[in-house]
Amino acid sequence: MEDASFALGIWGVPLAIVGGALRVSAPFLFVSLGECITEKSGRVNLGLEGTLVMGAMSAYAASYWSGSPWVGVAAAGLVGALFGALHGWLCGRPRVNDIAVGIALMLFGIGLAFFLGKPLIQPTAPRLPALSLGYFSQIPQVRSALAVNALFLVGILLAPALRWALVRTRWGLIVRTVGESAEAARAMGYDVNRVRFWATAAGGVLAGIGGSFLSLFYPGSWNEGLSSGQGLMAVALVIFARWDPVRCLYASLLFGGATALGPALQSVGVSSGYYLFNAAPYALTLLIMVLSSSAHRTSVDQPAELIAAR
Amino acid sequence: MTASAPVGVELGAVRRRSALGERPLRWLLSVLPTLGAILVSLALFGVFVAFAGHSPLAVYAEMYRGAFGTWFSVQNSLLRAAPLMLTGLCTALPARLGLIVIGGEGALVVGGLAAAGVAIPLSGSPPTVVVGAMMLASMLAGGVWIGAAGALRVLRGVNETISSLLLAYIGIAVFNHLVEGPLRDPASLNKPSTPHIGDANMLGNLPGLDVHWGLGFGIVACVVCHVLMEHSVFGFAARMVGGNPRAARLSGLSVPRLVIVTCCLGGAAAGLAGMVEVAAIHGNANASLLAGYGYAGILVAFLAGHTPLAILPVAILLGGISASGGLLQRTFGLPDAAVNVLQGILFVVLLGSQTYRGRLRLARS
Repeated sequence: MEDASFALGIWGVPLAIVGGALRVSAPFLFVSLGECITEKSGRVNLGLEGTLVMGAMSAYAASYWSGSPWVGVAAAGLVGALFGALHGWLCGRPRVNDIAVGIALMLFGIGLAFFLGKPLIQPTAPRLPALSLGYFSQIPQVRSALAVNALFLVGILLAPALRWALVRTRWGLIVRTVGESAEAARAMGYDVNRVRFWATAAGGVLAGIGGSFLSLFYPGSWNEGLSSGQGLMAVALVIFARWDPVRCLYASLLFGGATALGPALQSVGVSSGYYLFNAAPYALTLLIMVLSSSAHRTSVDQPAELIAAR
Repeated sequence: MTASAPVGVELGAVRRRSALGERPLRWLLSVLPTLGAILVSLALFGVFVAFAGHSPLAVYAEMYRGAFGTWFSVQNSLLRAAPLMLTGLCTALPARLGLIVIGGEGALVVGGLAAAGVAIPLSGSPPTVVVGAMMLASMLAGGVWIGAAGALRVLRGVNETISSLLLAYIGIAVFNHLVEGPLRDPASLNKPSTPHIGDANMLGNLPGLDVHWGLGFGIVACVVCHVLMEHSVFGFAARMVGGNPRAARLSGLSVPRLVIVTCCLGGAAAGLAGMVEVAAIHGNANASLLAGYGYAGILVAFLAGHTPLAILPVAILLGGISASGGLLQRTFGLPDAAVNVLQGILFVVLLGSQTYRGRLRLARS
């Protein structure tokens, strides 16, 4: 082990970043895919940060009590669906602002998770298994960097599947119609609020599952500092990915890598700016938002109903 | 849409208009949804507490005791209300222009950091100079932080809700970096802190109270913002932007300037809250600054309907709720997050009640 780390030298940094990207990006991926569905239907759910934390807590609890981490994942998806449904129902009422409800649900979800999760800080729940894709290598760092969670692979497959569903299926067409023009959808006989309700609930399921990843794989325990705004960054990431599920995948990997920058540099002894490097993902998000938006025109990929709501 | 047809609710009292006058009645109708939301949330939280195995009435009695039951607890609530008034303004002022800013926590943190930082080279100067410099530095830092979110919005079209929160995370990272590194007092071993600002420079108490001057700052700030927003040309222009940006632009108002200035004012208020926490409570900048006052300020602003004067009672109410958290923990063993749950329920129900806003109206004579 000692020899190997010596042999890797400075190459340990990019390796740690790649490994970190594979480990850290799953919550970004799931939340951004969920938000992508919701925003395609013409609504913004800023509350996914709260859903993520609630998902993490309920996954840990269910995994601890049932002994199976996959039950935990299912529980997280269910709780996420409930939170998404609450958002979808509230915003379906007239004069209720979706952005503000999102902020409220974010604070509510975090508060509720901390309240219910208090007894879960001590016990250890069974964690999700990892697939070692680094079996070919003799170097332990490579092996640990390439230990990938099965759930993350599901997410990787989900991204193109979701793009296909949005573009090629009848359901995708309905969601996109509602997101592009509520008037047109209404004229065609679709219940706009109902479509948005289900799109928000589906987004909640994915965000909840993203949360289960935090508590059951990496970092792999439940505590109150578990999420540091990943749910919110993922919402920003959807704008960067221009509302395309496959681009959400690339963006998630990029963000995961940025998040891993601080710990990666620390592992080779660069520790002076540790806290500043922790700001890297936020600064990157902000930079990307500044570069990808414009005061005078909106992206053609943006669902038109999102612009109308401004 | 047919759903928007008037759903006038005839209240018996409305008929006797001569007795009460129309203005108080209108006011009553406008706060009715908010009061209803508070009652509904208390009921929901009661159910929640009952599930946790406690009597809701006992919990509420204890909360009242912890918040306003004794003179000591009233002063404790006022202590917590002071920063909430200032961080509430940080969300409320931009909201008048139609912006939803939620990064008050970041402005508070950089404000507190700037205040503690500027006190280091000034140590030895007269207290008035140091305190004045701390106030200016904190307001400047907070103003720049939120002003940046406003500027990005009007100049680049960046969503201010997300950018202000990202700026808050960046501010917290910078704060941690400086407090753990360059600005760290070597004597602070367990809890990294900046050097103490000196006892002579601490904010004293208001005359006759055990409450520091921060409460005075909060009240003055809310009153000044009320006059500014409701009784000045600037406020009229700002509200016009919030009501109809296109009309405001066509009538020759500089929308970008109004947005940036208002965001700076809100940020300055939250920055001042950071200075108050440093100069009246902690004496230096450390992790205790991250107490969530910035996030609670969002709820304060929404509950107050983004009107500066209404922030005063709402901040005192929420200050009381948070002050009672410790007592709930000691008496019932409820986790300290119970208060956050109540605040979250309150926030969600309040926004849901917006659907009834404007639907209660005076019956036509």
